[in-house]
Amino acid sequence: MCLGIPGKVIRTFHEHDVLMGKVDFGGVCKQVCLEHVPDVAIGQYVLVHVGFALSKIDEDEARLVFEFLGKMKQLDELEVMSPGDSIAPSSRADEQWRAAT
Amino acid sequence: MKYLDEYRDTAAAARLAEAIKRTVTRPWVIMEVCGGQTHTIVKYGIDEILPSSVELVHGPGCPVCVTAMEMIDRAHTIASKPGVIFCSFGDMLRVPGSRGDLLQVKSQGGDVRIVYSPLDAVNLAAANPEKQVVFFAIGFETTAPPNAMAVWLAHKRGLKNFSVLVSHVLVPPSITAILQSPGNRVQAFLGPGHVCAVMGTTEYEPIARRYCVPIVITGFEPVDMLEGVLWTVRQLEAGEAKVENQYSRAVRPEGNPASIKLIEDVFEICDRKWRGVGIIPKSGFKLRYEYRDHDAERLFEVDDIETAESTVCISGQVLRGLKKPHDCPAFGKTCTPQTPLGATMVSAEGACAAYYAYGRHLESRGHRAGVGAARPEPELVQIGGDR
Repeated sequence: MCLGIPGKVIRTFHEHDVLMGKVDFGGVCKQVCLEHVPDVAIGQYVLVHVGFALSKIDEDEARLVFEFLGKMKQLDELEVMSPGDSIAPSSRADEQWRAAT
Repeated sequence: MKYLDEYRDTAAAARLAEAIKRTVTRPWVIMEVCGGQTHTIVKYGIDEILPSSVELVHGPGCPVCVTAMEMIDRAHTIASKPGVIFCSFGDMLRVPGSRGDLLQVKSQGGDVRIVYSPLDAVNLAAANPEKQVVFFAIGFETTAPPNAMAVWLAHKRGLKNFSVLVSHVLVPPSITAILQSPGNRVQAFLGPGHVCAVMGTTEYEPIARRYCVPIVITGFEPVDMLEGVLWTVRQLEAGEAKVENQYSRAVRPEGNPASIKLIEDVFEICDRKWRGVGIIPKSGFKLRYEYRDHDAERLFEVDDIETAESTVCISGQVLRGLKKPHDCPAFGKTCTPQTPLGATMVSAEGACAAYYAYGRHLESRGHRAGVGAARPEPELVQIGGDR
């Protein structure tokens, strides 16, 4: 129910004095109320719930988890580990998650 | 799609699962608050790739599930009236009240329509001045800004034929009630990301401090959820209890100030009855007096309706994290998504319905689904027809 989908703003306009826009969700365009993200620019991503933009997606913050994972990988490479300790769980999870993507 | 696909990356998920495994030394019980998070957990089998000592229990965060049966009955009464166009989000249509669901009201001649957005219902009112357009305004804080915007806009446009049947619920009072309930097992929360995109994170800080529970505001994709679990178990293992924000790409500490202001202008806090739980003080929104002309409960004078819930159903305990769907004797037998007995089976995001959709009712019968594998989307069920 609290589904929020990230979409790219491709056009903005006003309707009854309310800021609206066309937002592209991977090829599907929808009309969305942008009144609560007033400084949004064309090309920026917003988080949309039931036709209403709740917030802008922060690109720098979006990268954090992958920077964190990158650091983890570097730390792992510095550690001397036995192959059985590290490889088995990762391969298992890889198998499980491949189907998901 | 950008900001979705990368958070479903298998290698990233595997690294996080491995980090969780390395961090955990003791058993921990963590509750995810939001129904969308429950759905992700069951769909991707996240609980099954975690160490067995990390138990995820499923919280009350499905607003469709927790909407009281009395409110569903009021919706049916209003939707059955001539001259009414009753608008609802699609997932409310087959939630059973005392006398069937909204689809049955429609089949008996009621003008019931699914809308994508509450603002569509406002436009419908403008296009149909001879009709009364009623929108079923349910939801958590996430849905409060669009619902408040619909009321505010209808008021501004002078659309006297637009009203809302309000059944809004709030997260902080519900998780406080869980922490105060006898036998509580929850030691930490994955906080509701989209609720906090609206409201911010500050109202969770006193809860974390008072009850000594870590609360990690978490997103909805598998990588988000695994990172949320990692941050949570790090706090638990270190004996910390603070609010952290894993979902910082969408959530600012202060939330969305424009949304909060609009919510406060249109709604005020009230006591609210939750299906499967009962009345929780100050756990909902109702319309402010200034917007009484858009209050469907007042306009249609729907009386209090006596309702009776199943005596077998344990949804109240599932919603508080005390029991799992498997613990119910009716789960997957007399209680299914087609014939739900209680709150957690009535919507796809309810814990029981999610378990059922991804085949977990078969596991106890020896048909265990592939552990950790992403399950296919559940089939759409046609009410009253062949599957």
